[in-house]
Amino acid sequence: MSVLNPPLARPMSTNSPLRRRMRRFTAVSGMTLLAIMVVTAFLLPLLFMVTTSFKDKSQLTALGAPWYPAAQETFEYEGRTYPLYVVPLEDGTTQSLALYRAGREASTWVDPANPNAAPFEWEGRWRTLAPEYRLEFYTNNFVTAWNALEFPRLLFNTLMIAGIGTIGAVTSAICVAYGFSRFRFPGRNGLFLLLLSTIILPMQVTLIPTYAVFSIMGWTGTWLPLTVPYFFGNAYNVFLLRQYFLTIPRELDEAAMIDGAGPFRILRSVIVPQAKAAIVAVSLFHFFWAWNEFYLPLIYLQGNQSAEPLSTAIARFNGVYSQEPTLIQAAAIMAMIIPVIVFFLAQRAFMRGIVFSGVEK
Amino acid sequence: MTAASGSATPRIVELGPPPRPSRFSLATREHLSGFLYISPWIVGFFLFTFAPMIASLVLSFTDFDPRSPGSTTFIGLANYQRMAAGILGLNGGDPLIGEALFVTIRFAALLIPITLLFALGVAMLVNSTLLAGRNIFRTLFYMPMQIPIVASTLIWIGMLNASTGWFNQILGALGVSGPDWINSVTWVGPSLVLMGLWGIGNMMLIFLAGLQGIPTELYDACKVDGAGRWASFRNVTLPMLSPVLFYNVIITLIGTFQYFTQAYIIGNGRGDPDNATLFFNLHLYREGWAFYSMGYASALAWLLFAIVLGLTVFLFRSAGSWVYEAGGDR
Repeated sequence: MSVLNPPLARPMSTNSPLRRRMRRFTAVSGMTLLAIMVVTAFLLPLLFMVTTSFKDKSQLTALGAPWYPAAQETFEYEGRTYPLYVVPLEDGTTQSLALYRAGREASTWVDPANPNAAPFEWEGRWRTLAPEYRLEFYTNNFVTAWNALEFPRLLFNTLMIAGIGTIGAVTSAICVAYGFSRFRFPGRNGLFLLLLSTIILPMQVTLIPTYAVFSIMGWTGTWLPLTVPYFFGNAYNVFLLRQYFLTIPRELDEAAMIDGAGPFRILRSVIVPQAKAAIVAVSLFHFFWAWNEFYLPLIYLQGNQSAEPLSTAIARFNGVYSQEPTLIQAAAIMAMIIPVIVFFLAQRAFMRGIVFSGVEK
Repeated sequence: MTAASGSATPRIVELGPPPRPSRFSLATREHLSGFLYISPWIVGFFLFTFAPMIASLVLSFTDFDPRSPGSTTFIGLANYQRMAAGILGLNGGDPLIGEALFVTIRFAALLIPITLLFALGVAMLVNSTLLAGRNIFRTLFYMPMQIPIVASTLIWIGMLNASTGWFNQILGALGVSGPDWINSVTWVGPSLVLMGLWGIGNMMLIFLAGLQGIPTELYDACKVDGAGRWASFRNVTLPMLSPVLFYNVIITLIGTFQYFTQAYIIGNGRGDPDNATLFFNLHLYREGWAFYSMGYASALAWLLFAIVLGLTVFLFRSAGSWVYEAGGDR
């Protein structure tokens, strides 16, 4: 480097450490500012959801209402409360005044800053004035949505459907991935290719006969069609786990084998503890995939709403209360709060798993 | 060392149970164990994939109705004729299938370039060494993926509401009067594309992994050659990312043909307004579970499969001409 750029070839001023550090600082702040702006715009709908869910319904259409949940400011005068408005005065300034006695063309007002002065008259229509607002959270939307949805029951149904499915999906995927990664048997590569090719098969191709058989068996309206099929190894999960199992050194298996461990013992005591990270990732993926699933509960639980999970119940709630955005946004928060909290707690497992497998559900 | 069995002085060594004499050779036992462990998948494949596939193919030649399965009759190619006639706009065809295909393809044509560009831009942003707190930004851009689709759809429906939604209020503050997004035949598609931006998480992570896999020597070489930012993006980043780009295109395209939940909720399960959200998969659902013509729905499912398979094969075939892969890796 020093041969190509002899120190004397450059003027000192552009190369001084302070200058360079300043330039880097400007570049970093510029880039970070840009990222903050993009991510704010990207996540703005979340702020919309939170603020809307804490608003009173009347605020949505009220004139001059702020973007945050608010109520009209009031003032207590002679033992009674009066609403506050922003009143333009003759000298061009505005003042917040309490509406003491409303009239059509002229009203009587009290100045909260000077309550000892007598109420005075102001010419003009008070209905055209903007109310004075203060921050206020209405929690009623959550109470209403909670009761209308019967939220505890929905949460229980969702947890059970997703939980049972996850147990099945993970245990079966561990077994199948172990079989594909640790044993040689005739047709292994062909079978693995067949397994992988089922990834591109749309669910709809097998759905109608499966639905017909399940309804003949009387399984519609129960959780069985939503859980039992996952006990047979899903291609995504098997693929992810197999790839991970292949990275576990075979020497560990062999050491256990010399100690007299059989294949199942090796799986339990060597492979599973070594692959904990991948197994956690697969469990989380499947759990929240099942939490999110909409199509299957829609067709299988149509006739039995008491067994419904959150997804279809909240979609139906939206159909009933579509004119009440405050309730809808409260319900949306209730549906997403658990997956989002778990995501922040376990985000490493999530994001690593995706890059590792290169597949998504 | 290991031949302890012949040693004269016995030491206490913890050994497992002595190997049972087996009727099978070591190799056969390995085969059996392998089959035993993959047996859940083999059983599941026959029960939930292979047999239903055959049954679905057979059903697509019948007028199967689950309310009266006894009266199912074989109707030959009638379902496929109805489908083809509908696509060609002939009499007696399915009047909605052309609409469903058009809605789906137009959506894909809009969604794929927009989400690819956005995901690539975000990936490059959160990969920049000039960005402070990169991991926080990665997490935040990924996070909407974890919101259940039903919830995120409801959030966006609220956000895009013509009067109470923030989107039009912000546009209004900028002096633009926004359309009635959700209830307009023209704007409901772009609304769904906007919602689709929340689904870039996986795409962004895959791009990020791709960007991190590019050797820095290539950028150094660019610098030596005097290439600017655009030139090094055009000649290094893009070709090196092309396998990842290709993967993302396939996955998104397949996803579009199976797009359902958002369309179901935004269109009240009917394709509102005026069939503008009647995506292919929603049409299939309605034929099967609203009208109970499950024979025809099976035929639609096979068309869906043919489209998805065809697209995948086409993209894999055409990949050779534009996908760069370092030789010898695979």
